[in-house]
Amino acid sequence: MSSLSAKIQDVFNEPACDRNRGKDAKARKEGCSKPLTPGAAAGGCAFDGAKIVLQPITDVAHLVHAPLACEGNSWDNRGAASSGATLWRTSFTTDLTELDVVMGQGERKLFKAIREIKETYAPSAIFVYSTCVTALIGDDIEAVCKRAGEKFGLAVVPVNAPGLAGSKNLGNKLAAEALLDHVIGTVEPDDAGPHDINIIGEFNLSGEFWLVKPLLDRLGIRVRACIPGDARFLDVASAHRARAAMMVCSTALINLGRKMEERWDIPFFEGSFYGITDTSQALRNIAELLVRKGADREILNRTQTLIAVEEAIAWRKLEGYRRRLQGKRVLLNTGGVKSWSVVHALMEIGMEIVGTSVKKSTVEDKERIKQILRDDNHMFEQMAARDLYAMLSEHKADIMLSGGRTQFIALKAKTPWLDINQERQHPYAGYDGMVELVRQIDLAIHNPIWFQVREPAPWDCQPAVEDELPGTKSETATLHAVQEVAGTTAGDCGAC
Amino acid sequence: MARILSQTKSAAVNPLKSSQPLGAALAFLGVEGAMPLFHGSQGCTSFALVLFVRHFKEAIPLQTTAMDEVTTILGGADNLEEAILNLKVRTKPKLIGVCTTALVETRGEDCARDIADIRLKHAQEIAGTEIVLANTPDFDGAIEEGWAKAVTAMIEGITRPGDQVRQSKKIAILPGWNLTVADIEHLREMVESFGLKPVILPDVSGSLDGTVPDRWVTTTYGGTSVEDIRELGTAEHCIAIGEHMRRPAEVLQKLTGVPYVLFQSLTGLKGADRFVSLLSSISGTSVPAGVRRRRGQLQDALLDGHFHFGGKKIAIAAEPDQLYQLASFFVGMGSEIAAAVATTDMSKILEKVPAQSVQIGDLGDLEALAASADLLVTHSHGRQAAQRLGIPLMRVGFPVFDRLGSQHKLTILYQGTRDLIFEVANIFQANQHAPTPEALDPFRKREMPDELLSSPLARH
Repeated sequence: MSSLSAKIQDVFNEPACDRNRGKDAKARKEGCSKPLTPGAAAGGCAFDGAKIVLQPITDVAHLVHAPLACEGNSWDNRGAASSGATLWRTSFTTDLTELDVVMGQGERKLFKAIREIKETYAPSAIFVYSTCVTALIGDDIEAVCKRAGEKFGLAVVPVNAPGLAGSKNLGNKLAAEALLDHVIGTVEPDDAGPHDINIIGEFNLSGEFWLVKPLLDRLGIRVRACIPGDARFLDVASAHRARAAMMVCSTALINLGRKMEERWDIPFFEGSFYGITDTSQALRNIAELLVRKGADREILNRTQTLIAVEEAIAWRKLEGYRRRLQGKRVLLNTGGVKSWSVVHALMEIGMEIVGTSVKKSTVEDKERIKQILRDDNHMFEQMAARDLYAMLSEHKADIMLSGGRTQFIALKAKTPWLDINQERQHPYAGYDGMVELVRQIDLAIHNPIWFQVREPAPWDCQPAVEDELPGTKSETATLHAVQEVAGTTAGDCGAC
Repeated sequence: MARILSQTKSAAVNPLKSSQPLGAALAFLGVEGAMPLFHGSQGCTSFALVLFVRHFKEAIPLQTTAMDEVTTILGGADNLEEAILNLKVRTKPKLIGVCTTALVETRGEDCARDIADIRLKHAQEIAGTEIVLANTPDFDGAIEEGWAKAVTAMIEGITRPGDQVRQSKKIAILPGWNLTVADIEHLREMVESFGLKPVILPDVSGSLDGTVPDRWVTTTYGGTSVEDIRELGTAEHCIAIGEHMRRPAEVLQKLTGVPYVLFQSLTGLKGADRFVSLLSSISGTSVPAGVRRRRGQLQDALLDGHFHFGGKKIAIAAEPDQLYQLASFFVGMGSEIAAAVATTDMSKILEKVPAQSVQIGDLGDLEALAASADLLVTHSHGRQAAQRLGIPLMRVGFPVFDRLGSQHKLTILYQGTRDLIFEVANIFQANQHAPTPEALDPFRKREMPDELLSSPLARH
């Protein structure tokens, strides 16, 4: 584990990390991982984080060296999309048994598993993930991968991020280290050009990067590698020849961006494709970085022209929702909104932000929130489920945007809810994605079921029923009234 | 209010309708010891029979007067007489439900008179068997009309007329044909849970629920008893379900004074609430805990399910009441009705269908209107259109011959609505298309400005 702990120290001491920069030397040495409270912990482990980052690489076989649960309980759970290979969606695990563990047969089983996969699926590469148990029993996956790689003439990449090492976020970073150590720079592309870029930390959830890539295509910018969304092994392996990079999710992969800049002189900027202004800004930044690295200045004008056209179209589409969404109150509960331009766009069409969590937000983020919302009363660190439920039950928000974990708090409080985390079904990136997000908000808020579920059972509101049935003393009159009601109800139901 | 667009084509393409006598026969099949008899040529019966068997996977009692060329010219009364006597001897039915067909109606037979003559002439031989006539030419109406006519005919022909002593707990229920076996069973349990005694006419839950009897029976087994039909006038209230059941309910009221309440649909939270409230007020008892629990489950199903419905475009082709039932359901879940096709324009309910317009037509019309829809909703014959359009099909109504168990699908009240929500949501989930770059390309439907298109940097 010594090399693993060295790695962990290394990723914790990330000079490009805002938070880390804000710490003193002692705090920096302690690292980022906070001790978890048993019984009150949430969130994934390092293995989870590593797999999230690497698994979207589509033509790779991802082999999890573990007893069943690590892979068996977690596979096929994320909505990244592939434009080609589908191998990444096939789940591979060594499924260690008690006997394997006791007899120390883990390494041998792993080696055989690699052979089987190579022979049956002929993958571009195999990524091998260590896990708690295999780390604990001391399986040396690096040695096995090295040996297997030599023997089979195939890239076999060890991903050393067992769950017990720490949090999901740590796993993200350890996965990046695995790419840096074993993948990136191992293949020289024969078509490197002046407009090649990398996109780092874009997962292509619901295929949303495909809403953005055509914009880059129009500008003549080639995505050398999008890591990891819809990536092929060769793209990643030759990513070191890109001229510039955009860091989409810095929380996950900041170390990857920084080290690629150090090693291969690929400048990067942090940006987002969520929201209109952020998308435009990202395109501008990409063009500027490319020009800085020697591309023709003409690309700047082209970018401006494209932005002007696309923004106009998007705002026009959004304007159509103003009438329906003006004054609607949004509660953001996402652990930290990276893209303030989403908030900006929602406010632009007249929606009101009644609260936002800042749990994962940086100091800088919080400043932006204050600027945008002009009120820091709306910020909360983290809201307990009970409080959130109470807030929503009192109809203090018209919709909550959050991840799946708080979905049922909203639904049980009979409040519209929209998934904006990784399990979501709809693509929200780029100009079209913003329009889609607003369309989904509109659909959620205006779904007619809300009237139905909020209405109490008729027998729980007797006075109202009696009002509807005047002259209850006369039986025929009652029946007549009920008859009228019955006859019309179904129709009303359809109309609402 | 939906605009009703009448059919302008001459050729029906992939018919939506099943014939009116088939609907009448279906109603007669909901009576115990019944034998529906088509007064027409052999084929009229055999086609209907085959369709019934394909749908229910059951032996279906259905007979024919087997009109041929000669009898068609000379008149079908003799065939009718012979058929009734033969059936009486061979199958000893308690009820013979005569459904006329286009053949005898076109010929202009006075079947009512013929049957009256047969009753006179053979009073002794046919004693103990009710003979009921439904005038159901194929060229008019469809299942709905046939079903309603048969129920009306049974009430007119069998129910004892006049005001009678009412049994305070007895409720007459006249369900529309679109209620499944499971629906009827559920309806009965629901009514009984309030301490009321339901008499359901017709009751297909007793006869078409697919059990295995321990002997061979040539008529229906199970269903409403003829005696119960006779005593309908002693019910305290009548509940009719579906606009097409208004006429039978009115006839019952006129004959016996039993007042009725009509529910156009029992699907959806509102309709179920009304129904349950009505039972509660009639019976004077509070709503049982189990029913409250079901209501809560439906609320949760609404919450969990609505994500899959919002903004979806639905194309439905069905008989008018079922069209209304399903269209209201979908609209209530946040979907829109992209196409609504109905079999006939004879129902007032069509105006209330929550769609821009209702096309009277066939599956060809549905296919033409449904190109942009996310879901087709119709019977099994819609499967080819669904395949051609690449849209999933939800099978409803009659016939459903390529799936088992359609008669056991619950579609009404809290539980049925809950099940429908899950069925539809599951169809959507099963047919999710993986996103593709082509489908998401923001430029796919757009001309690019020239200055960008002509650039040397754009490489495609």
